[in-house]
This record gives sequence, structure tokens and C-alpha cells, in this order.
Amino acid sequence: MTTMTLAMRDSATMTRRSFRHLLRYPATLITSVVVPVLLLLLFVGVFGALKAGLGVGSHISYINYVVPGIIVMTVAYGSSGTALAVNRDSTEGIIGRFRTMAISPASVLNGHVVSALVRTLVGVALVIGVAIGLGFRPTADAGQWLAAAGVTALLVLALTWLAVAVGLAAKVAEGTTGFLLIVQLLPFISSAFVPPGQMSGSVQWFAAHQPFTPIIDTLRGLLTGTPDGGTTLAAVAWCIGLALAGYLWARVLFRRDLNR
Amino acid sequence: MTSAITATGLRKSFGGKAVLDGIDLEVAAGTTFSLLGPNGAGKTTTVQIMSTLVHADSGEVRVAGHDVATDPAAVRAAIGVTGQFSAVDNLLTGEENLLLMADLHHLGRAEGRRRAADLLDQFDLADAARKSVATYSGGMRRRLDLAMTLVGDPRIIFLDEPTTGLDPRSRRMMWQTIRELVADGVTIFLTTQQLDEADALADRIAVLDHGKVVAAGSPEELKRSIPGAHVRLHFADITGLDAAARALGGSFPHEDTLTLEVPSDGGAIAVRELLNRLGDTAAEVDEVSVHTPDLDDVFFALTGHPTAEATPEMENVR
Repeated sequence: MTTMTLAMRDSATMTRRSFRHLLRYPATLITSVVVPVLLLLLFVGVFGALKAGLGVGSHISYINYVVPGIIVMTVAYGSSGTALAVNRDSTEGIIGRFRTMAISPASVLNGHVVSALVRTLVGVALVIGVAIGLGFRPTADAGQWLAAAGVTALLVLALTWLAVAVGLAAKVAEGTTGFLLIVQLLPFISSAFVPPGQMSGSVQWFAAHQPFTPIIDTLRGLLTGTPDGGTTLAAVAWCIGLALAGYLWARVLFRRDLNR
Repeated sequence: MTSAITATGLRKSFGGKAVLDGIDLEVAAGTTFSLLGPNGAGKTTTVQIMSTLVHADSGEVRVAGHDVATDPAAVRAAIGVTGQFSAVDNLLTGEENLLLMADLHHLGRAEGRRRAADLLDQFDLADAARKSVATYSGGMRRRLDLAMTLVGDPRIIFLDEPTTGLDPRSRRMMWQTIRELVADGVTIFLTTQQLDEADALADRIAVLDHGKVVAAGSPEELKRSIPGAHVRLHFADITGLDAAARALGGSFPHEDTLTLEVPSDGGAIAVRELLNRLGDTAAEVDEVSVHTPDLDDVFFALTGHPTAEATPEMENVR
């Protein structure tokens, strides 16, 4: 067998392992769906009535405005599960065992990433299903749905590789909470719930320039037909950049000496 | 005889502190080699370097003929490692852990299942096979850990303090497993801080202290290397002790305990002769015991300090 097929085979084994964890302890999937759905209910219920005052515009219902942001939050919650799973592997010592075995080294982390991709996309689909039940009316055609799925998948890869690196870097599970806090708070200071134009001074500048804003605007454009203002390129660039940074960081951490 | 493992001039420091200070080791294929030393001597670091987990600062290590620095993949294909902390997947069952190893060794479905079932039986885990490892006791976890190491049928196995924290039954079972592996031609590299363990299992022992090998040899050679074999005679009263001390030149009386230490190899003939010589005197011997130096004595003699977990003296009453 070539190195490539071996790597694929080992990655498939590691992915199966990760899925088995998920099926046995589905809490990761459940919380990463339930929390965004609760946020959706909260924002639609509380702010939906104030929509005019939020500057969202009258051409779009608030739920249509807010769902792309909720999708991004679903991805963010999903990535924290990956950080914890990688950290558990690393602190329980099984990564040490894997590293003394004649397997493709990349497969250890690939398994986490592939299963996170599937798990998070399933979570996003469930959240969109609930949103449609609550009145979300996407206008996307098949091509736009596909493009939206592509952008979401890129975002999953970006946040998941960062989560993998954080999981490897943290000495204990609590060490991953900083990452969790950042990715869960960032959407609040973005175009997720309120257009950045409505925010004040420095917050507005931050919201306009942080990575989640172009990603959310792109998803919103694809799903509900709002003009995305040419954010697609920025969204894709952010995702690829973050994914690459996370991947390289994780690779360095994975290859460093085991220190115990 | 071919070497399974060789280390030459191995050095490693962490944060400016030398953990391994130039060690040389050679392990013959098909034997049990024990690295004996107290906590912090550098045993785990040695295993981590040999098993490709940690890079040495300098020196050369060859495992199964391959250089760990330049060809770690070939080393990994030849070895199995069971560390001090059990490296098992707590979210899976025992059986699933073994099947995971079988998949990673590309054993194929039927072969993997057969191997997993055999190992579950061999390690007395068949009843718990379908239970989550999170519910396992420490001993079960350690047995599963070793079973996972054996799935790939490695020819060289590193065992880093495999019995630390085990109950006596699990410890005996581990010893038995190690003996069976060696009988099958496997090379075992065992670290331990328990002297009786090294004595019971190892063909050769290297004593590691503060990152240096302070002695190496067979258990018998190490024991012979220090003086201290003697026969200890206990008397009913001081008169007996004095009479015996006069009769046996070169002996050491201890008046407070009414005992006399007589240098001797402790063999049956020597002891009979000794008692015959006392038969001519008025000295009445209460009790005879033979003291042969154990590895604890060796360790103390070599390093000037006792091991972290000193075992009681090995006294044989004959």
C-alpha cells in the first residue's frame, strides 16, 4: 500500500473512533444544536419586535436577518467540542500511544477534523430546520445553497483546526475555555444580530473588520438574497487563512516532544 | 547475539537540567533488560527517547537496527510501548479499544476480532469486554493497556513501571505475562523502582541514578559486586555471645542484640562447619539466619542513598 492509501485508511479509522465517541456521548451534538436554537428564540423573540430600531431594514424579517449569525454560532459551539476531545486525547495519554505506533501521524488529528466537519454540518442543518419551522424563509436556489454549505464547511475547518491546536496546547481541559469564550463572544460583536453601522465608534470598527462579519454577510447574501457587498472574497480568505494558521500551529504542537 | 536496542552517549536536558547525562546501554534480542532507579532518575525519559516520543540532545539510539532520530517510522513498526499512565480510550469499551488497535495495525476484520478476543481472554477481561473503560479499575486498565500494546505482535516491548500501583495479584499476572513474552522471543525493556521486580524478571540490569548508569550486569553479578554476605547467630545470653566471638575470629559481635555476624557465603556446608566449630564451646545458639545482599544493598552501596521504595531485607532462616 502506498503512503497515501495508508494515511487515508488510518484517518478513516480515527474518524470512526471519533464518531463512536459522538454516538455514545451525543451531548456534544445536542448542546451544539440546542444552544444556538435557544439563542435564535431569544433574539427573534426579544429583538424581532425592535427590528426597525436596529436598522436591519424593512425589506427583511428579523429571523431572516439573524439566521446566518446563528449558523456561525453553531459552528463556534461545535468547535469547542473538538478542542475538548483533542485535549482529552492528549491529557489521557492515548496520543502518546498513537505516536509510538507505525501509523500515519496526520491521521490522529484528521480523524477529529473530519468527524467535526460532519457533526457540525449536521448540527447546522438541524438548526436551519428549526429556523424554517420558526419562520425563516431562505430564497436560495440550489447553487446558492451549495455555496452556503461550502462557506460553512470552510468556517468549520478554520475553527476546528484552531480548536485542535488549542486542545493540544492546553495542559488541562479548563485551558480550552479561553478559546471557547472568544469564538462564542465574537459573533455578538459582528453583523450577526445588529448591522455594525448601528454600533458606536470603536465597536463598530471592530465589528466591521473582524472575520465573522464578512462570513455572516456572505451567508446572508447567499441564503436570503441581500446584497453581500462583495464580502465573499474576504470571507473565503479569512476561513482559509485561519484554517491554515490552525493547521500549522496544530502540526507544530503535535510534533513537539512529549513532555511528561 | 544480536542487539535489539543500543544507546551510546545518550544525553537529554529539560530546562538546563540534565536528565540523562551520557548513558550507554545494550539490550540483547530476546532478553529482559531492566532499568532500575528511583523516581526522577531518568527512566521514563530513556523510554520516551527509545520509543520516538522525545528527541535526544545528543547520542545515538538504535532500536531493532534503526536509528530513532533518522528512521522513527521503522522503529515504531517494531516496538510496543506501555507507559506509566495507561493510554487507553476511556470513552470506548475494552473490546473497542483492542479493535481500534487492530484497525491501526491493518489486521483485517476477522483477524482483528480473533486477536481482540484472544487478548481479552488472556488478560482476564472477557467479562468486561463490552463495558466502557471508564468503569474499569486501575488494574484492569493497566491490563487492557498491555493487551493493546500486544495487538500488533511487537518484537520489542517497552514497559515503563508496568506494576506501579498494582495489587499483588495483578502484579504477579503482569510478571507471568512478561515471562511468557520473553519465552516467545520478545525483547523486554522494563523500567522499575522495585528491586525484587528487576531481580525476578531481568537477565541484565542497569542501575540508573541522576541520569547516569552507575552499575550494569546480571542480578547475580550486581549482588556479588558488593560485600555483605554473612551468617547471623543469635544467642540466649552474653556469655554465649562472648564465647562464640572468641571461637570465630573475624566475626562482629553486637552485644545489644546478642547477635554475631560471621562473614560467609551462606551455603549449607559453610553453615554446618560454622555450627560444628561452635559445638566445642559453651555457646548456645538460639537462631541462625543467612543474609545475602539484595539489590537494595547494591543500590545503597552504589549510590549512597536508598531507593525511593526500599523493600524489607531479604532474610532466609535456614
